Formats: sequence, structure tokens, C-alpha cells
Amino acid sequence: MQNHPVYTDNDPQNENSTLNLGPTHPATHGVFQNVLQLDGERIVSGVSTIGYIHRAFEKIAEHRPFYQITPLTDRLNYCSSPINNMGWHMTVEKLLGITTPKRVDYLRVIVMELARISDHIVCNGVLGVDTGAFTGFLYMMEYREAIYEIYEEVCGSRLTTNIGRIGGFERNFNAKAFTKLRKFLVDFPKTLKEFELLFNRNRIFVDRTKGVAAVTAEDALNYSWSGPLLRAAGVDYDVRAMNPYSSYEDFDFEVPVGENGDVYNRFLVRNEEMWQSMRIIEQALVKLEKEPSDIFHADVPDFYLPPKEEVYNNMEALIYHFKIVMGEIPTPNTEVYHSVEGANGELGFYLVNDGGRAPYRLHFRRPSFINYQMYAPMSRGMLLSDAIINMSSLNVIAGELDA
Amino acid sequence: MGKITNEELLSSINSKFGDQIAVTGEPFGLLTIETGTDNIIGLLGYLKNDPVLQFIYLTDITATHYPEQEKAIGVVYHLHSLVNNLRIRIKVFIDAVNCHIPTATVLWQGANWMERETYDFFGVIFDGHPDLRRILNVDDMTAFPMRKEFPLEDPNRVDKKDYFFGR
Repeated sequence: MQNHPVYTDNDPQNENSTLNLGPTHPATHGVFQNVLQLDGERIVSGVSTIGYIHRAFEKIAEHRPFYQITPLTDRLNYCSSPINNMGWHMTVEKLLGITTPKRVDYLRVIVMELARISDHIVCNGVLGVDTGAFTGFLYMMEYREAIYEIYEEVCGSRLTTNIGRIGGFERNFNAKAFTKLRKFLVDFPKTLKEFELLFNRNRIFVDRTKGVAAVTAEDALNYSWSGPLLRAAGVDYDVRAMNPYSSYEDFDFEVPVGENGDVYNRFLVRNEEMWQSMRIIEQALVKLEKEPSDIFHADVPDFYLPPKEEVYNNMEALIYHFKIVMGEIPTPNTEVYHSVEGANGELGFYLVNDGGRAPYRLHFRRPSFINYQMYAPMSRGMLLSDAIINMSSLNVIAGELDA
Repeated sequence: MGKITNEELLSSINSKFGDQIAVTGEPFGLLTIETGTDNIIGLLGYLKNDPVLQFIYLTDITATHYPEQEKAIGVVYHLHSLVNNLRIRIKVFIDAVNCHIPTATVLWQGANWMERETYDFFGVIFDGHPDLRRILNVDDMTAFPMRKEFPLEDPNRVDKKDYFFGR
């Protein structure tokens, strides 16, 4: 028979225990490692280790022409790749001085807002799962699929979209895309309403989230937070409203702001942003009717690849094709910072150009990376189960965290 | 649009720092100034705490490597004044071998990981940083991979040479 251990003064139960939360823990939804010191269920301290899926995108980008960098941006925040793609295109367009037609801007707005909705669906749905309610996630996930089907009509792919080109889109939106989009706008509000009814006043959910991981506006700004997290803490900073790009100034939308930056506020802010995104898409559809329906890219033959049939049959198209692919078109020798409102916050592109075919230096200001650094400090004194929910509501995407 | 212009911002900085800073340009409306390691924290602190300018938001810290320059590493700060909706870019050029610069974590907690990333990729040592370790690369790496001399791939590899692709 086995003896029970006899505890002495050096009782291990009185010491902190170390918990390796991650890198592949089922509760963390991604490759995140936090080495936590636990006193019972309370976190005494924690150290975050990141970089498990670092792929050196900034280095690779220095060896690629501008149009080949778009697939790299896909893999930053892969829950809302189109926003990254569009942000990159707009950075290059700003550098090259390309102005896009209004119709392109509106189409981009539609795609970006769909991406924002799909990102928030995942984040808020998973927050429900982590608090014990699977139903909401199941209901909402259906509409991420609907959004992915719209992407498929627009660009042919679903997750890593590589959507659009420098100057516009690679092809026009087809009728099916608009049909699916209209159907989405009719169906999704019902489910989102139902989702809100399930959660907003749900006793269990509110008890688990309200007051958890509350962050003051000062702390949020001190840590350079952005996006829904910063707005949940009460700061109304939204790049779309403050530095409008892609004709966001033409749209009428509200920037939802929370009160105390806790998990519950973040949840509400994201839900409200989905409503606002649908409002923007509806306005964009109305505005599109006034634009000529055959325009889907700017007239920039120096940078926009001509259609393949023309390359084979038309001298000018062949020349432009050759010049673009071989990178023989001079670009300005300057530097540019452009930022878009990603689903997680301010996604910035700092591009230093030396006139060559590839960037001299490209730096991504990745909101997940910057938002996540408060995670370990803010977890101190928190219950382990609250820390899991906190991570879920930070919506840190490993691809964007590690670049 | 912003409540103060780049000219007003520049004259405000000039009145405090005078010849300690140099304007390098205004690409795409973003005022870019250059200063030295002695003044950088003073300048950042002035921009952050000035009641009119209020550059309270640290957008980003990164660096660029110019191997042909004498001071080869340019550390780049992007600040944002949310009240005035104005951005500014500040550069500090430092030596590539002896690259020390004071840390901005005394002003912003958020500078912590941004500086760790810059250290990790460029080897810039931020003096006074509380926890200057590598962040994305493995701890026992010896090189600073975003420097220009670091090859993207193993230079002995032949399967990706240009002549295989008719170039």
C-alpha cells in the first residue's frame, strides 16, 4: 500500500505553483505561452513568451516587389485578412500618388467592413464559449461562412484572401457577390439580435465578464492600446473617423465607446461595431448605384497588371506587363506611414522606399503585438479563469502578434 | 483636421530645442525631424507633456539600417496627438557598433515591447530598459536579422538562384 506524503514545513502547498499556460493550451486559441506563478487559483505574476510563429515578414518584404507583399499581409491577422490587404494597397497607393475612383473606395469599404464583422464574430463568439455558452458561437459562425462565401465570389479564396490589387480590384464584383451580400444584410441582423439577447443580460455571462480586467483610459493610452480595446476603455479613437481613408468620410457611422474597459464593455463595443459596420455596408450599396458599374480599378497601367488576354494580343499591355513584373518602373524615394482601423486596432504600415522594386524597409505596426503586452502585467491578482476570458476578449491573433 | 499645423508644431519644438533638432522633410504631411541621443527623451517628454501639443499616444518605435552611412541605424518614433489629430516622426541616427539610446519606457509603458522588438532585430540597446531581451527570435540567436548584411536565406542554397528562372 502506498504511503500518503507527509507534509513538513517546506510544504509545497504553501509555495506558488508554476503553470505553463501554453504554447498550445486548448484555452488560449492560438500559440501563446504565459508562464504563470499561481497562489491557488490567483495569478501572482506572469511572463509572456511570444514569437512561436514568427515568419520574418518584414525581412521577406525587403526582397519582394510591392504587389507580392499582399499575400504576406494576409497572414498577419488572418481573421480579417482583407483589411490588411487593403491597408497595404492604400499604403502603396499613397506612396505612388495613385487616387482611386469612388467606386473602388466603396467596394473596399464593403470588403473591409465584412472583414471587421467576421473578426468580431469570432472574438465575441469565442468569448461566449470561454464563459461556457457554446450556442452563441454556433449561431454566429454560420455568418462568418456567409462572409467567406462573399469573399469567394470577389476574389476566389476564403481565409488568406489576397484580395484586390494596387489601384483597385483584380476583377469586378459579380452579381452573385451582391446577391449574397444583400442576403447577408437581411439574415445577419436577426442572428446578431438573438446573440445579444442571449448574452447582454445573461446572469452567468455578466457575472463572468463585468468588472473583469477593467482598464482605465490612462493605462490603455500608456500601453498604446488601440481599436475596440481602447474604445471600451472610453477613448473614442477610431482611425476611420480620425484619419479617414478609402472615402470613409462619406459614411455616417458612430464610434461606440465603453466606460471602464472591462471584458463586458469590450464585448458590447464589438457587438455595436458590427451594427455600425452593417450600416456602413448598406450606405455603400446605395452609393454604388450612383457610380458607373464597370469601374473596379484606377487607371494606373504602370502598376496595375493588364488582363492576360490583352498581354497576349496588345503591344502596350505586353510592355506594361513586362515592366511591372520586372520592376522597371521608378518609384518615389521617400517614406510613408499609413494606418487603417484593423479589427483589433490601428494597423500601420511604415514603408521606407529607395526607388527600387521592393521596399527598403517595411514595418508593420501590429495592434495585437502592442495590445498584448499589457496582458501579463494586468493578470496580476486575477483568477486564472478570468485571465483566460481576458485573453479571449483581447482578441490577440497569433499571426499578427508574431508577424 | 488638426487644430495645430506642422509649422506651429515645429516652431514650438524650435523654441525649446532650437539647434538640437533638424527637419528632414514633410513626406505626405507627416513632419519628420531628427535629433540626437542626448535630446531624444527630453524631446519625447516635451511633446508628450506640453499642454498644447499633447502627443500622448506612442504609435510605434522601429528602426532602419543604412549600412553605407556613418551612423547606420536610424531609430524611428511615431507619435500621435489625439487631441490635435497630428502625427510626428522623430529619427535618431546612431552608430551600428556602439548603438545605445535611452529608453522611452520612462514615458510610455507601451514602449517596452516595441523597444524589445527593435533590439531583437537591429541590436539597438535601449539604456535603462527594464527587460531588454529578444522577443520574437530565439534567445540564443547571435545575429540581428533585420540588418542589411543578414541574408534572407542560406547563401549556399542554389535551388533559388536567378538563372534557374531565366533572370
